[in-house]
This record gives sequence, C-alpha cells and structure tokens, in this order.
Amino acid sequence: MSDHTVAAYDKELAALSQNILEMGGIAEKMLIDAMDALVTMNIERAKSVVASDPRLDALQRQVEEFAILTIARRQPMAVDLREIVAAIRVSADLERVGDLAKNIAKRTQKLGEARIPRAAIGLKHMSDLALLQLKNVLDAYATRDIEKARAVWERDAELDALEDSVFRDLLTFMMEDPRNITFCTHLLFCSKNIERVGDHATNIAETIHYLVTGEQLPVERPKGATSSVSTGK
Amino acid sequence: MTQQVTDLQINTDMSATPASGTQVREDKLIVRNLDFFYGETKALKNINLALATNTVTSFIGPSGCGKSTLLRILNRMYDLYPGQRAEGEVLLDGQNLLDPKLDLNLLRARVGMVFQKPTPFPMTIYENIAFGIKLYENLSKSELDGRVERALRGAALWNEVKDKLNASGLSLSGGQQQRLCIARTVAIQPEVILFDEPCSALDPISTAKVEELIDELKEKYTIAIVTHNMQQAARVSEFTAFMYLGELVEFGPTTRLFTAPEKRQTQDYITGRFG
Repeated sequence: MSDHTVAAYDKELAALSQNILEMGGIAEKMLIDAMDALVTMNIERAKSVVASDPRLDALQRQVEEFAILTIARRQPMAVDLREIVAAIRVSADLERVGDLAKNIAKRTQKLGEARIPRAAIGLKHMSDLALLQLKNVLDAYATRDIEKARAVWERDAELDALEDSVFRDLLTFMMEDPRNITFCTHLLFCSKNIERVGDHATNIAETIHYLVTGEQLPVERPKGATSSVSTGK
Repeated sequence: MTQQVTDLQINTDMSATPASGTQVREDKLIVRNLDFFYGETKALKNINLALATNTVTSFIGPSGCGKSTLLRILNRMYDLYPGQRAEGEVLLDGQNLLDPKLDLNLLRARVGMVFQKPTPFPMTIYENIAFGIKLYENLSKSELDGRVERALRGAALWNEVKDKLNASGLSLSGGQQQRLCIARTVAIQPEVILFDEPCSALDPISTAKVEELIDELKEKYTIAIVTHNMQQAARVSEFTAFMYLGELVEFGPTTRLFTAPEKRQTQDYITGRFG
C-alpha cells in the first residue's frame, strides 16, 4: 500500500501495529510459562507469569488511547479505520489471553502436593495447540494473511474436541479417588482457560479477515464435539 | 442501463438505507454516457450514474476531477458559457435535460442549486425568497407571505429572521445567508436540489445546521452534494460517487465506500494516500 500524504499518519499506524505484536509476544510467553510452571510445579515461574501481566494491561491501555487519539486527529477512513478498530479489538483479545495465563499461574501456586502428573498431559496437548493457534494468528496479523487467519478460525473445533477429552479424563481421575478432586477441579478450570485462549485466537482471526477485506466472517464457525456438558455449547 | 447502476440496485437492498423508507430504489435522475467538453478539453468521460429519489448523493474527488462540472450539467448551468457542451443523456423523470429545446427557466425551477459562497440578493430577507416565487407564479400577498414563511421554516431560518423580514439579506451571518439561499431554492418547490460545497465557507455550527437541514430536505427532494469534506459526505449521504480526472471511479452506498471501497483509487483518496 502506498504511503499517506501525511507521513506521521503512517508512523502512527505502524506504532499501533507494533504495540499489538509486542502484546502478542508477551501473551504467548505468559501462556508458555504458565503451562510450564503447571506441568513442572515451578512456583517461581508461576509467580513471574503473574508479574508480567501488568505490562500487558498497560500496553492494551496504550493501544486503546492511541487508537482513540488517532481517530480524533485523523478521522480515518476505509482500511485505516479498519486498521484502528482491529487494533482495539485484537489488543482486548490479547489482554484476555494474558489474564487466562495468569489465572493458570495462580492456580499452579495453590495446587499443593496432592497432584497426579499424568492428569496434566492432556492439558499440555491443549496448550500446545492453543499456542500454535495463537502464533499462527499473530503471524497472520503481522503479514495480513487472510488464508492463515481463516485456517486458525477453522481449526478451533479441534481445541474444543481436546477440551472434551480432557474433561472426561479428569472426571475419571476424580471418580477413582476423591482426594484428586481439588487438583482435578483446578485443572478443569485451566483447561477451560486454554479453550478460551483458542476462542480469542479465532476472534483475532475474524478481526484480521475484517481488517483485510472489509467483510465479516460468518457468525457460525465449525464446531467440535458437542457431547460434553463441559463446554456449555 | 449500465452495470454500475445494476450493481447499485442490488447494493441498495442490502444497505437498507433508512432514509428512503422503502427497499425499492426509484431513480429521479439518470445520467447516461455523459461526456462534457470545455472547448477542446474533455472534462467528463462517459459518466453513468443515477440519483435515487429522496436520497442524498454526494460527489467527492480531488479538485479538477469534474464533480462540480457534473453538478452544473444537471441544471444546464454550463449553458451560460460559450464553448461548453455536453453529450449523452441526463434524464429527469425520463425527460432528457440536454435537449436544446428545453425551457431552461422551467428546468432550473425543477432543479435548484445552492453554491459554495452564500449569494443572497441585495434586497430584504422577504424579497430574497419572494423574488423567485414571483418569477414563476402569480400569488396574492397572503399566499406569498405563507410561501415565504414556509420556505424559511423549511430552511430552519424562520425563528431567527421572523422579526426582521425587512432587513437586508446581506445583514445575516454567513451560515444564515447560506440557509437563506437554501430557503430561496426551496421556495420555488423544486424536485432536485444541487449543493456545490455548501458548507466550505461556514463555521462548524452553521455547517451542522445545514447538514441537519439536508437531512430534513431529503424527505421532499432528491439531493446531490459536492463536498471536499469526506466526513460530511459520510454523514449526510446515502450514496457516494468518487470521481477522478473526469471519470466516475466508484459509485455505491456511502457506508460501503467509506469503510471498504472496492477500487484502489478510492481507497487511496479517502485515506489520504493520494500522490
């Protein structure tokens, strides 16, 4: 795309995009670390995840304020307007991803000793997929790649299906031994958190599609397994 | 009819413009294969578009793109100048305006125009309005009074001038003068009103009043507006035409044109990326 007649406008939009990518990097790292802390029971790492959340929140506010200022100052039109609206939306999604990772880290600190390592394996699979989705959608945002964004959007069903099977596993552990209940309940919440990260990734994919084409993706996206009550869908 | 207009009819249904109140689009004024020449210079190239009844259509584009020229064709204003000629068709309710035998006074009564700078006549506020009416109709004093009042009310000016109808039109503020000119146009009960950058000489408050007025006027009239202010086009019009170098580049629902235009040139212009 050619440059604006007002060069400062280009710089402002680039700065906005840069902030989003920085947020994406932080959110990704928070989830990686939170899962690592959960699987290895590393309390120090869990604490560091909680500590990095304020930076993400601050960046989100910065994006929002900057976006509003740009609207007031430039009266953006067409792709510029979509760019700014997208920045507001994506930053909100990434900020939520950070919150969800933080929540996993907080639970990790509460888990205590009564834990069953194999119960966390399914969660690790979920988070690997969620992180891949997050990475791909951030790449799609950086390169304005709607094909890649669409692939993320379509793949979320897989994460939903994984969540279903994790739910069944955890239920089995709880039925085996009531002493597992506290631990497994925490893990249930964690799996819900990871599933939500996937939802935010698809939100971002939808936003990228709108940003690039000016068209919204359909309201209905491919759904995964529906047999479980756990997803509430 | 051309592809552009056909597309537009489909788009109109989807954009659900509340203004017309109906899903069916009726075209008041249809421009077909229009070329325009200033002497040897071709200023408009094969323009095809239609103004829908009771809607506002805005024309945007850089200076010299031909948007004012197009507007001036719609009421044959160019006839005042030698060496200027139009080819093609401009149909007002099916009647070709370019027909040399057309009565221009009657045409201009049907298609009114408001200019960039307010141009009140150097006479009283009352006479500014009554003058035009008296050209076309023979009314009693009381009938004339009624028409003047209605026109001033229609232009949202009545409350500000009702106690000084005998003051000079030139004594009003710029914004009031522009609304006086709109009242003068409305007074002769036209069917189409053309606005050529009506707010470019006005302050933001007067601009807001004129925009509010345009919104009310479209209930009764079909409106075309040329503006350099894209936000104004986005605010007041249902349809927008983007012109460049004498060509109509893109024409469609305003909501679409300012959020996701189809043509690269339109996008570059409205986002401020033009050369």
